Amino acid sequence: MTPSSEAVWLYAVAGDDVADAANGLFGVDGEPVRTIRAAGLSAVVGSVALARFGEAALRRNLEDLEWLGDTARTHDAVIEAVAQTATIVPMRLATVYFDDARVHTMLNSHQDQLADMLRRLTGRTEWGVKAYAEAADPPQAAIANQRSTVDSNGGATGAAYLRRKRAQLAAREHRENLGHQQAQAVHQALSPLAYHHRCHPPQDPKLTGKSTAMVLNAAYLVDDDQGEAFTKTVVRLANALQGIDVELTGPWPPYSFAGIEGPDL
Amino acid sequence: MNGDSCHAASPAQRRIVLVDLLDRVLAGGVIIAGDVTLSLAGVDLIRISLRALISSVGALESGRNRPEAIEQ
Repeated sequence: MTPSSEAVWLYAVAGDDVADAANGLFGVDGEPVRTIRAAGLSAVVGSVALARFGEAALRRNLEDLEWLGDTARTHDAVIEAVAQTATIVPMRLATVYFDDARVHTMLNSHQDQLADMLRRLTGRTEWGVKAYAEAADPPQAAIANQRSTVDSNGGATGAAYLRRKRAQLAAREHRENLGHQQAQAVHQALSPLAYHHRCHPPQDPKLTGKSTAMVLNAAYLVDDDQGEAFTKTVVRLANALQGIDVELTGPWPPYSFAGIEGPDL
Repeated sequence: MNGDSCHAASPAQRRIVLVDLLDRVLAGGVIIAGDVTLSLAGVDLIRISLRALISSVGALESGRNRPEAIEQ
């Protein structure tokens, strides 16, 4: 049994026995990764210290970007390694149980849901597609600069400034509208190639480091035999469409398609 | 459009993009909530973490991510 100073961190659930794949991996607390078998399923877990991964500690630690980044990457690395050998349902970060017995109970009570999800995920891969409205093109910037030179000589700087500001705002609005239209075109071209899709909220510009708005942040669950067609279509759209920058990410473990809604235990 | 950015990243490169990963492991698939973090499994968790992330992003940008920001 797990001592009471420890809890059980859940990485993923597989249908097959993945003990061999888990063996030799180390998890978010540096602990050896192991498996718990029940209900024909295999939970990939590790014993973590409550001092670092209990509720109060998590609340504190999740505010620490470095901790969050390291933990998310380790969580992902374990999932990725096991996913090389078997279809898995990846767990959300910080899914923690009191002990092994609770994981057994969860596997038994969610057996049908998990088995059904594993069936839907088998032979499919998640791809991410993000798109940004394009930044201002150089000719417009050149025109704005030219005007400012003329106006500073001419004297009517206030009115000229407002005119220039209005033109800049209108141009930005135009670019964003175009970006949204093109994002819709991308999504409409890609979604028929996918078994399922899910749209994440656009990322904050402060996080993307881009000066222009994110207009698409979608995840697509794609049949593996359609993968090449899908990624080629993304590249083709990226090259063909004006007014939008398209980025492909992945392949990902199927994080965006592994939801069992609600905290029902 | 920079064509290079459309090629699939290798798994090693993929892990570098923390924001994309957090989209998935935090805001993405809501799974069966565990025992200890039951009260953290809702929207609050995401809000807490992303607030931390946004407040830290200034520091990150002045560091290693700076060249990418200048590039455009």
